[in-house]
Amino acid sequence: MIARRHLLGALAGMPLIAAAPHYRLAAQPVAAGIWVVRGADAPIAMANGGAIANISIIATDAGAVLIDAGASHRHGLALAALARRLTGKPVARVYLTHLHPDHSFGASAFPAGLVAATPAVAAQVTGDAAGFSTGLYRLLGDWMRGTELPAPALVAEAGPVLIGGRRLRLLTLSGHSASDLAVLDEATGTLIAGDLVFHNRAPATPHADLPAWRRALDQLAGLGQQRLVPGHGPVDPTPGTAIAQTRAWIDWLEPALKAAMDAGLTMVEAGDLPIPPRFAGLAVARLELQRSVSHFWPALEAARLPRVGG
Amino acid sequence: MILLAAPVVAAPEGARPDDPLQSPFLPTVLQLVLPEGARVRFDDRVKVQFPAIAENQRQFPVQVDARAVPGVKRIIIFADLNPIQKAVEFTPHDAEAFIAIRIKLDQRTPVRAAVEVADGSWLVAGGWIDAAGGGCSAPPVSRVKGDWAQSLMQLRGRLWSTPGQRVARLALAVRHPMDTGFVDNVPSYWLESLQLRADGRLLADLALNASVAEDPAIMLMPHLMEGESVTVRGRDSGGVELAGRVAGQSAIPAGAP
Repeated sequence: MIARRHLLGALAGMPLIAAAPHYRLAAQPVAAGIWVVRGADAPIAMANGGAIANISIIATDAGAVLIDAGASHRHGLALAALARRLTGKPVARVYLTHLHPDHSFGASAFPAGLVAATPAVAAQVTGDAAGFSTGLYRLLGDWMRGTELPAPALVAEAGPVLIGGRRLRLLTLSGHSASDLAVLDEATGTLIAGDLVFHNRAPATPHADLPAWRRALDQLAGLGQQRLVPGHGPVDPTPGTAIAQTRAWIDWLEPALKAAMDAGLTMVEAGDLPIPPRFAGLAVARLELQRSVSHFWPALEAARLPRVGG
Repeated sequence: MILLAAPVVAAPEGARPDDPLQSPFLPTVLQLVLPEGARVRFDDRVKVQFPAIAENQRQFPVQVDARAVPGVKRIIIFADLNPIQKAVEFTPHDAEAFIAIRIKLDQRTPVRAAVEVADGSWLVAGGWIDAAGGGCSAPPVSRVKGDWAQSLMQLRGRLWSTPGQRVARLALAVRHPMDTGFVDNVPSYWLESLQLRADGRLLADLALNASVAEDPAIMLMPHLMEGESVTVRGRDSGGVELAGRVAGQSAIPAGAP
């Protein structure tokens, strides 16, 4: 990463380099003092600079609270500027819902002392983050310039927090990843669910634990929220539609993959399984099915093919 | 290795004019993976199928279906820009011209199959796939965990068949680190051959290279009589052997491809 930065720095001095890519962000109001910056409902790609996750901005008397920080240093800076414009105050706190880079790498743009994450996510920053960084530089090139994920200095613990007169309730869960944070704004009943909930976009499973994910969805369904901001896809104006949709997908996916293996299908054939019509409204369903085959198939082989020799 | 690390350039100097993938390295790769003087033409009857994205560059599923080609003698799966280009050579003695396997990808590359037909010429097809680097140069999971020796050459398998039809399906999974030799202080070490028989009748031979993914997993379509089982013999590059028998055919459900 350091070598890359130096290389990019050297390239920046060359006259033929095109202008740096620029994030054009727009916020949509969700509830009183809450906005969402919608991510593109697409895979991470040069065309979107990695801005595919939903980022929430919450106004408080102490400053803006960001739920997730974007994919890159520049994405984080652009979000900070937008938050300031919307709330009239600088960012006072950033909560990272989980380590996946489209949500977390923009923390690069903030002092570590403003960034809060669960201890599990903070530990991953010094582990898995290096691999994610390599992958993102490859996919996003110059969008990533200067991105260095700091170890979050603040610990996000389950329970209520009071920031600038606004009460947020933090929930520490897992299932989409090894550690997932959800945030409930108590005044407006807005649940910011991170990637535990997808809406009108097929859920991604690269580090998923499906039984834990179901338990997390059960918890999220019972918080009394008015509406929900998913990690990806449009805001759900109802308490439970997106939660039910996410559960329906993983409840279909898991037995479908087991049945495919038990029927003697190959990975390629499993990735081409028909997707039930009830998921017709989900973006990138085929892509996520093929990714999920890759995530789960080797473990299914180990579990479901009998030992026959050695 | 240095040559292989060069980026794919927009103008593919050196590519064969008839190569649908316009890969600059193909002429060299064909010399490396096919017999000397092999006659090659591109033919879409060879179906090379894989997912739209390489989610895991260490475990990329590739399926080759050459059942539309009569008289297939051999199938070779290779990736032009892998440091070990040839992944597997499959000889279907008494099996369909079909193989599914997982391979490693070291970068964006064409992934192809070359199919030898009766007159000794080769039919080639494939596609480009983008991939993160390192599929061939990252340590295998079992090396990192340190448990590779406990499970070395363990064999899993299962058979599926339809009553009255001779084409069965056979899944095999062998535990092996498949070391490429590109990881510091770990020499190359791989499962190099598998031979399948039924009642002494030779069904298929597979010659594998270390660019096959760790813990090789393979699906074939052998020709079997009702109730027949398949015996498997294998050997790795260190001379360790495996032997196993896959019995008990399960029914292929109606509607399966």
